[in-house]
Amino acid sequence: MMRDHLGRPIVAVTGIGLVTPLGFGVADNWAALLAGRSGITRIARFPTDHLKTTIAGTVSLPGEPADHPLSSPARVEGMAAIALEEALAQAALGSKGNFPGPLFLGMPPVETEWPMRLNLARRAQEPGHRGLAEAARDDTAVYEGVLFGGIGERLANRFGTRGAPISITTACATGASAIQLGIEAIQRGETEAALSLGAEGSVMAEAVIRFSLLSALSTRNEDPARASRPFEKTREGFVMSEGAAALVLESLASARARGAKILGLVLGAGERADSFHRTRSNPDGAAIIGAMRAAIADAGLTPEQIDYVNAHGTGTPENDKMETLGMRAVFGEACPPISSNKSMIGHTLSAAGAVEAAFSLLTIRDQRLPPTINHETPDPAIPLDVVPNVARDAKVRRVLSNSFGFGGQNVCLVLGAAE
Amino acid sequence: MTEDIWITGVGLVSSLGEGPAAHAGVLNGTAQPVVDATGFAPFPVHPLPTLELDRQIPKKGDQRQMEPWQRLGTYTAGLALDHAEARALVGEMHLIVAAAGGERDIALDDQICAEIAKLPPAEAAVILNERLANGLRPTLFLAQLSNLLAGNISIVHGVIGSSRTFMGEEAAAADAVRIAAARLGAGRGNIALVGGAYIAGRWDMLVMHSASGAAWRGDWAPFAARAAGGGGYITGTGAAFLVLETAAHARARGAKGLAKVAALRTGAARRHGTDSAAASAARLAGGLGLRADALVVSGASGAPAPLAEEQRFLAGLGTATPRYPAELLGHSMEASFPLHLALAALAIAEGAAPQALVTGFGIWRGEALAVLEPIAEPA
Repeated sequence: MMRDHLGRPIVAVTGIGLVTPLGFGVADNWAALLAGRSGITRIARFPTDHLKTTIAGTVSLPGEPADHPLSSPARVEGMAAIALEEALAQAALGSKGNFPGPLFLGMPPVETEWPMRLNLARRAQEPGHRGLAEAARDDTAVYEGVLFGGIGERLANRFGTRGAPISITTACATGASAIQLGIEAIQRGETEAALSLGAEGSVMAEAVIRFSLLSALSTRNEDPARASRPFEKTREGFVMSEGAAALVLESLASARARGAKILGLVLGAGERADSFHRTRSNPDGAAIIGAMRAAIADAGLTPEQIDYVNAHGTGTPENDKMETLGMRAVFGEACPPISSNKSMIGHTLSAAGAVEAAFSLLTIRDQRLPPTINHETPDPAIPLDVVPNVARDAKVRRVLSNSFGFGGQNVCLVLGAAE
Repeated sequence: MTEDIWITGVGLVSSLGEGPAAHAGVLNGTAQPVVDATGFAPFPVHPLPTLELDRQIPKKGDQRQMEPWQRLGTYTAGLALDHAEARALVGEMHLIVAAAGGERDIALDDQICAEIAKLPPAEAAVILNERLANGLRPTLFLAQLSNLLAGNISIVHGVIGSSRTFMGEEAAAADAVRIAAARLGAGRGNIALVGGAYIAGRWDMLVMHSASGAAWRGDWAPFAARAAGGGGYITGTGAAFLVLETAAHARARGAKGLAKVAALRTGAARRHGTDSAAASAARLAGGLGLRADALVVSGASGAPAPLAEEQRFLAGLGTATPRYPAELLGHSMEASFPLHLALAALAIAEGAAPQALVTGFGIWRGEALAVLEPIAEPA
């Protein structure tokens, strides 16, 4: 069977690439995740004086000088390229610099950052932004560094993807949205293959401060590895993190025809926006529940056929409460086990949906559930099997991966075993 | 596409005002440009018109949570919903917004630059933390986030079928419309809202445009006159949202529709060597079925290199003389392609042309072509 219950081409995954604070590459990341290791550390990239939160998950690129950290766009591009290289080497589809399909890049918004702004200010002949504008005149590096389409264009050029590269943001659901765009393009028959990835590199002073001002971040600075505590009673915020994950998506027919190793299937995707509030879900959970149900239905499945849920599980009091509500509404009393990768890698924001889809596929491959670490005091309001602290074997054929974003953008994916 | 897609409503705002009537003189060249020549000198900009925000964003609390960019987009999205008479359909409506970022706190940025730019880096970094931690307003972060224009459209207008935000200047908007239409065509929903907004009077954006090497300085002038000075684009405040709908869905609810989206194609030339924007557009134009008497609505910004490429491409097609809305309205980046589609759809609905070709040639990257045609009367 090469088509799904709606007559659409079935979408396979034939390559995976991963970068997180736990390491570079699928093998190192997966081993660390199963071992329950935390990638959260004290921020060393910039001074943390006056910050409420001084911990994060960070990824420094090979050769990056410690005293001149990369800008966020450069870090995003660098990690994205590393993840794409790994995924493409595994998929062995196309040739070097020539990939037979489009690029869907989930990434954070880009802007002029402080080092660049201060550099312009030093060059400026007059104070204020008029001076900055004149100092930036005809400066191609400044221009191409702040274009929102710049990273996608450079990656498309390097990997030789087809057509216009698409860059997307749906806040914390971004990585899942990028995968959804890829599978939709294959399902519509526009292409046999697509590259979908999510990447995030925003650990810098202003971004940390902005999230702090929303009271979203954990301030458990004294013990970084124990700060991210999804579904646990003493949780008090998420931990910002960085990373990238890339998937080579391909129609099952195409993958089979060329004898590619099939790592798993993307069976369905569902989404639902929330109209309640900019940073909070509607207390009735309708959008979260709607997205989960839509993904399961899109996959042609019923809730009982989901064996495990890869949680959004940020570790904020609000998210984990709402996700529990969603789980009980969708699965009833018999919820499948659910665990949060973010307990170890932190919240990789724009990358999270892609990183967690990658880990979901590895969960299916090895029939082993990664744990939710730092589970010390259960929350009686969260009656879920969160795979506390230690990985365990389980029979897993289908995984629901949840991504819920600020701004009410919720996307869920269903990943399955290769038949 | 497996099913015909119609544009059943448009919302548009520019420096000329809001709605179809304010823009009636754009394509026939009778409108006069509205220019702020001094506020952001040396850059002229086409400014934001006065909007009665309460009409589309009734809660003051919602207005306060946004800065001008999100307010403009949210307001214009509401105009499109009204124009399509689609308010009751928002629960199942899909949304794709093309977005850059929202406004920074320019006064705070300037104050910090003045204080720390000349200090040793280690010292400057510590003061930066302190100034940002004490100076940034929590709500400003949400007003800056790209995906929160879509978020606000969901909150204010209740559009919740799905929500996606594409990034990447002009090209992001063309791909937003293309993918929104393709999803409907493939049966993923019946109705979608798609568009973008741009505020020209923003220093944070003008720093980028200054760096582009193609921004026009000095007084407003027509494209032809700018060419004598090396050419250049002037940015213009603008916003446009389109309601896209499957023909079957529109017919079933008695919506007439303005125009049919006969084709929408996008490309991204590397723009060096033979991989030129003109060649990219020529590939997109293959088999489009263009008529010699098609109305050509050019997406040209005024930036000289892509304008020359577009003119080379159009000369190869032998089309009618193009109209250049950005000459009068300024270039509105992510809003530009939807705005031009809206103008073309209105022209088609009025019977002004049997077909419209809408082009998009981004300042840096991105080529797009759309063909709109009249909606045939049911047999």
